[in-house]
Amino acid sequence: MKRVVITGAGTINPLGQSVHTTMQGMREGRCGIGDLDFRDVDRLAIKIGGQIHDFEPETVFNRQQLSLYDRFTQFTLISAKEALTQAGLIFAGELSAKAGVVLGTAGGGVSTWDDNYRAVYEDGKNRVHPFVVPKLMNNAAASHISMEYNLKGPSFTVSTACASSNHAMAQAFEIVRSGMSPAMVTGGSESMLCFGGVKAWEGLRVMSRDACRPFSANRNGMVQGEGAAVFVFEEFEHARARGVDILAEVIGYAMSSDASDIVMPSKQGAARAISGALTDAGVNPEDVGYINAHGTGTTANDKTECAAVADVFGQHADRLMISSTKSMHGHLIGGTGAVELLACILAVRDGIIAPTVGYEEPDPECALDVVPNEAREVKVDVALSNAFAFGGLNAVLVLKSAP
Amino acid sequence: MNVKTKVIEILAEQAVLAVSDVTQESTLESLGIDSLGLVESIFAIEEAFDINIPFNANDPNESDFDISNVAAIVRGIEKLLSENA
Repeated sequence: MKRVVITGAGTINPLGQSVHTTMQGMREGRCGIGDLDFRDVDRLAIKIGGQIHDFEPETVFNRQQLSLYDRFTQFTLISAKEALTQAGLIFAGELSAKAGVVLGTAGGGVSTWDDNYRAVYEDGKNRVHPFVVPKLMNNAAASHISMEYNLKGPSFTVSTACASSNHAMAQAFEIVRSGMSPAMVTGGSESMLCFGGVKAWEGLRVMSRDACRPFSANRNGMVQGEGAAVFVFEEFEHARARGVDILAEVIGYAMSSDASDIVMPSKQGAARAISGALTDAGVNPEDVGYINAHGTGTTANDKTECAAVADVFGQHADRLMISSTKSMHGHLIGGTGAVELLACILAVRDGIIAPTVGYEEPDPECALDVVPNEAREVKVDVALSNAFAFGGLNAVLVLKSAP
Repeated sequence: MNVKTKVIEILAEQAVLAVSDVTQESTLESLGIDSLGLVESIFAIEEAFDINIPFNANDPNESDFDISNVAAIVRGIEKLLSENA
């Protein structure tokens, strides 16, 4: 089996439009959640979110590109550019033939659906733009990356709701680890912050009207965010031969299915994914210093997740740190695991533990060290990233500091 | 609306050319408009004139709408407009 390292990272999310500004935001415990701003927002009950405001797609993409790129694709391409620039890989010849792109998204081109349903239903139009389908399809972002960077190997999009990115990155990891390809582009993207997208989520009654406060006793639901993060996963010897900077090593993962309920999380399902990931990575529970929690800020998720962590880690659960950066960037749904992997890189590379901001009251059902409100400097060797999706589909990744 | 002027305007925008570079004799190929660009141009023409163009992207040559050059496209639109009138 090959070793797999991360040699490039890129992002655009409510905390920043680059990896540097995002990590800076995590260090500062900055909150990127604020008032939503889009058409018909006054008809929503939920008016806050992690929206990317100071972003003008017209300054980045030309007219023809914009006719084909939904917002989730725009986010992906911006992130990919940063990641691939950092990695410095040129995809040609055999590398091009083998390398591919695996991305996660839950909704794909949600605002393209929204805009065009509005045109035909509300505005009564009988004609839509010819590119509606290639623009909204869930694999559009992966396809555009493959075209932009000449990636001709295994490429596809994974859609497992809130675990999409982690499932995608797990696949990319497996492809590199097995020796199928020396490098893969991976990550995820989401952009559901439009009238129809938020209206659908409102229906579930799990959204907070004021803040995302994971693990806090007074938490009252999740807050949606938007954005993307993209990484280059590369075979270790391939990266070492190039002398490129290594951000972290990916050492294992596990996936599990609760097989129980379409929305309620299961402690057993989460615990099986966490312990499976430790086994796959060949590390002991005591080796783990930090967990980037799924930590949505809902009553059910946070207490179930803490119980699962307590089950897997036993006494060590009280010594490790677990934080939810969703408190800062919101829940990026299918893109969330990708942005959250940045917090794990920050932990194992820089020894900075991103905090859970907005934390106000301890909850006895979440009695772990949730790194409340302020980042911490602690040297950490191994970090976990949890993702537990609606539908009971779980994926956990394990990161280690660069070899 | 002058059909000829509007069609040239739409095709020029699609081809990212100046209006003066598009003539009655120009073909889609000479303008560098590919199949995706053609579908988008047809959409823009339908929107501009509020007409439905009988165009099938699966087999453009089998359609009842002649796209061999700009003049043919203009004639086709004028015919559709007169039928609607």
